[in-house]
Parts: sequence; structure tokens; C-alpha cells
Amino acid sequence: MRTYLDFEKPIADLEARLTETKKLAQHSGVDVSDAVDVLEQSIDKLRREIFENLTRWQRVQLSRHPDRPYTLDYISLMCDQFIELHGDRTVRDDPAMVGGFCDIDGQTVMIIGQQKGRNTKQRQHRNFGMPNPEGYRKALRLMQMAEKFRKPIITFIDTPGAFPGLEAEERGQGEAIARNLRDMMTLKVPVICIVIGEGASGGALGIGIGDRVMMLENTWYSVISPENCSTILWRSWDYKEQAAEAMKLTARDMKDAGLVDGIIEEPVGGAHNDHQGMAQILKSVILATLDELNALSPQERINQRIDKFCSMGVVLE
Amino acid sequence: MSWFIRKDKGIQTPTEMKREAPDGLWYQCPNCKKVMHTREHKLNAYTCVHCNYHEKIGSDAYFAVLFDNNTFTELDPDMISGDPLTFRDTKAYTDRIKTTIAKTGLKDAVRTGYGKMNDLDITIACMDFGFIGGSMGSVVGEKIARAIDHSLKHKQPFLMISRSGGARMMEAGFSLMQMAKTSAKLALLAQAKVPYVSLLTDPTTGGVTASFAMLGDFNIAEPEALIGFAGPRVIRETIGKDLPKGFQSAEFVLDHGFLDFIVDRKDLKDKLTSLLKMLQ
Repeated sequence: MRTYLDFEKPIADLEARLTETKKLAQHSGVDVSDAVDVLEQSIDKLRREIFENLTRWQRVQLSRHPDRPYTLDYISLMCDQFIELHGDRTVRDDPAMVGGFCDIDGQTVMIIGQQKGRNTKQRQHRNFGMPNPEGYRKALRLMQMAEKFRKPIITFIDTPGAFPGLEAEERGQGEAIARNLRDMMTLKVPVICIVIGEGASGGALGIGIGDRVMMLENTWYSVISPENCSTILWRSWDYKEQAAEAMKLTARDMKDAGLVDGIIEEPVGGAHNDHQGMAQILKSVILATLDELNALSPQERINQRIDKFCSMGVVLE
Repeated sequence: MSWFIRKDKGIQTPTEMKREAPDGLWYQCPNCKKVMHTREHKLNAYTCVHCNYHEKIGSDAYFAVLFDNNTFTELDPDMISGDPLTFRDTKAYTDRIKTTIAKTGLKDAVRTGYGKMNDLDITIACMDFGFIGGSMGSVVGEKIARAIDHSLKHKQPFLMISRSGGARMMEAGFSLMQMAKTSAKLALLAQAKVPYVSLLTDPTTGGVTASFAMLGDFNIAEPEALIGFAGPRVIRETIGKDLPKGFQSAEFVLDHGFLDFIVDRKDLKDKLTSLLKMLQ
């Protein structure tokens, strides 16, 4: 059963009518191909219209769409082989952060990303994509291993934030993220980071230091979620739409501000509407970007990476 | 006795007039309520002589405590915040900045400078909680980055004094990337093997904890400082339980292995000097 967001409802209605019409034709044997054509065209048109005029808040909703592909979906759609690796070698394995060596078009790469669940049980198991410190430490362990074996790193960012729990504090959530920020700066291998869903705050940035940082079209990346921003600045949950507008948190906004390097287009109707199509686009972008980065020496990449992040910010003097 | 009858409701005296003693002569500790002479309090590095309560002080006071004869050269003293997002919540960000500058006399939430500490060259960056909760926006990130550059260039130790609620929401994505920027500079400082001491004071939370504050060669803290990634309220709401006593205190963080030591402010200057001299 597909899930439709509020603004997708008109599409859902037309799709229901299309299914009805087809069913009717099957039962009665009447030729309805004209009607089907018309319906299909209007669905296509409507979908384009809706997706060309999305508000920032609607993109936030899309980034959390329950049918959206997650890290492991992309890995299985893009890669011929995946060997998942577990554990931070200190405390435990964090199911909210997954990673391992992948074979993508004949190349070995390390893919690491936050992982959300599809149903209630999985969601709990994955802690809603909110890693604990051991998740960030596992990510760094895998990155350093990739560096050791000279394999490029690709990270998929999709988190509502690092987990704000009691044990997370005891085990040093802040320290774990901070260490990743510093140590990712000097990784000798190419690093590509892609926001595939939600990019919330330090929890996202903790695997977000790369030579190229890109965002899928219907994602967001900022310092806090619009809901929490609304709660703090407006003292009420109700201003989340305004908060989303004010924070300018979409892929387009972040690209315009020079805070990310690129936007990756989604198929019409969003990534959730066409997993296969999205994975193909993603794969070709990754392969092209790897080619670009492989042309640079490790030191050039590190210098450019550091310079890029150091140039971010707007001050008056 | 009609002149004893209060005709107007409420207390009419403006707050600044309601002093029992002349301003600046006596200091009452907010913790143990005991009174001491202001000069005595200041000589004790703004800690209570009775109960050791550490008054929350700003960059002015820290510089006075640490730099010899309070002599230092300030870096980027005039840098102020831009408004890259033309951000507006209940108030425009630019107005918020203007009123905060007027109210606090500060330009933003960090001041940076270099000078001598017991004859040792040192660069210090110190946050001011009074400026929008010590929140980190572009100015904080940029000034810390440049202070680290100064440390690097002159190969002198860098001390960061953190006191912050975390990121500055009004700079959204820009604020987030200051975590990356400061960490990048610290990566360079580490490569150059220049010592970095991070002092965490009450409170240090959010994006500041998750970047430069936890990246010291030495992470040290003042007694009882609140230190954490998520704030206590958020954690309480997440787990639906009350938090144990002392949770996220400096002592708790030391116990869990994320601090090298806790230091009384009045011993800070000498202890830091001894430590840094051992590295020479």
C-alpha cells in the first residue's frame, strides 16, 4: 500500500480512478484505452505541476516520505556486491549506522550511511535513523579502513539527528561527532557525501565532511529540524512551515548559499515514486564524481576539502 | 496613618535602584548566599571564597585572569555578524544583533586575543554566553578559525574557553558549517603538533560540544559545569524519565572518560602554565 502525503492526494485520486477504469475494462471487455491515455496524461501533468511548485515544508515532508529509498535500498539497487561490516570495536554495533565494502560498476567503494526502518519493528531496531556515539565511531573505523586499503568513501546522510539519549551522553555523543569532523578532513581517499533524506544538524554533519557534498532534490540539510526551530524561536510547534522558509534548508537553498556542492535531480514525483530510476541517477553521479576526484592527488583533495569548509560563513568587518 | 497605605499597585522602584549596598562593593554568592568583598571575589578569580561557586564570567574576566597584567592584543575586534539568510522569526536577525550589541557591549559571542600567560606566549579564544546564549554563528566560527591560524603561524599553544548553548539557529546551515570549519583548522593545528587546550565551562552543549570543545589535546572543565551534546530537557523528553543527579556535570563527564581533569578557576593559570611548560 503506497502512502500519499496531503499534497499528493490529487495524484492518488487520479491513480485510483485509473485503476478502477482498468479493472472495469477487464471485467466488461470494453475498450477504454482512450480513457486510460487521458488519465495517464493528466496524472503525469498533475505530478509535474505539483512537484514544480513545492514549498520548503513540502520538501521536508518528502524527505521523510515513508516510501523513500534508504541507504540499504540504494546499496542493493546500485551495487553488485555488498559486504556489510559491523561494530565500533568498543561498545556495540549501531543498527542506525550501516556500512561496508561495495562493488559499484567494478570498483570497490566503502559506503556508509544512516539507516531508517520501514515498519514499526524495524524503525525501533534502527532507532529511527538516529545513531548513538558508537554509530559515529563505527563510521570512522570503516572510513579509516577504506583509507588503509585506498578505497573511496561514499556516505549517505539520512537522519533526524544524533540520538539525544542518556547512554549517548554517557558514551560521548559530542566527542564522537567532533572527532569525525576533524578526522574526515584529512582522509587521503576521495570522500563523497550525499544527503538522501533528512540532514539534521551535527548528527548529519558527523558523516558529512567530503570532497563533494551533494543533496537529492527533495531533501533538507540544516542545523536543526524546522519543528524544533519553531519550538525554540516561536515557542510553539505550529510555526514549522515558517521556520522551514526562514532556515532556507532545501537543496536549492544550500547550493545557492555555497554550503553544498551539488543537487541531484529526482525522477518526476520524487525518489519514493521510482526507486530504480533514482538509484540509476545516483549511481551515474557517483561514478562521474569519483572520476573527477581520482584525478587529484590525496594532498590536493585534502587541501581543497579543508579550504572549502573554511570559506563557509558570512561576516562583516 | 494614610501615608502607610499603598495606593499604587506593585513596587515602583526601578530594579537598578534596588540595592542594599552601594554598587560594586559587596558580592553575594548566589549559591551559599554568603557575602564577600568584591575585590576579594575578583582576586579569587570570581569564585566564592566560602563555597567555591564559580561565577559565570565572560571574556573580559577570563582575559584578566589569564593574561599577565591583563595585557593582550585582541584579534578581529570589530568583526560582526552578517545576515546571509535575511532571517526573521518573531524579530529580524539584524535587529536582534543590533540590540544585543547595544545591550552587552560585545560584538558577538566570542573574543580572541594573544599575549603572555606567566611569560608563555598563548592565543586564547573565549566565548561570551551573554551574546545570544553564546551561540555559534559565522562570526564565532571565523574568529576561532583565525585565532587558530594565529596559533599555527606563531607555533604558540591555543586555549579555547567554551560557554555556549550550541548553534545559532538564525544562521541555519551557515551555523552548522562552523562546526566543520573549526574542526578543519584544529586538524591543521594537530598536524603541526601545536598544543590545544579546550576548557569547558558552564554550560557547554550542542554543536560546540560536538566540534571544537571536545577536540582538545587536553579537555578540561570547571567544577560542576554542565557539559553535553543534547540539553537535559531534550533528553528528559526523549527517554520520558528524570535524569540522575549530577548527570552531564563536569564530574560525570570526567568519570566517563571525556575530560582530562577538572580545575578550579583560581588554579587555572598556574596549572595550564605547568602543563604547557612540560610540553616544551
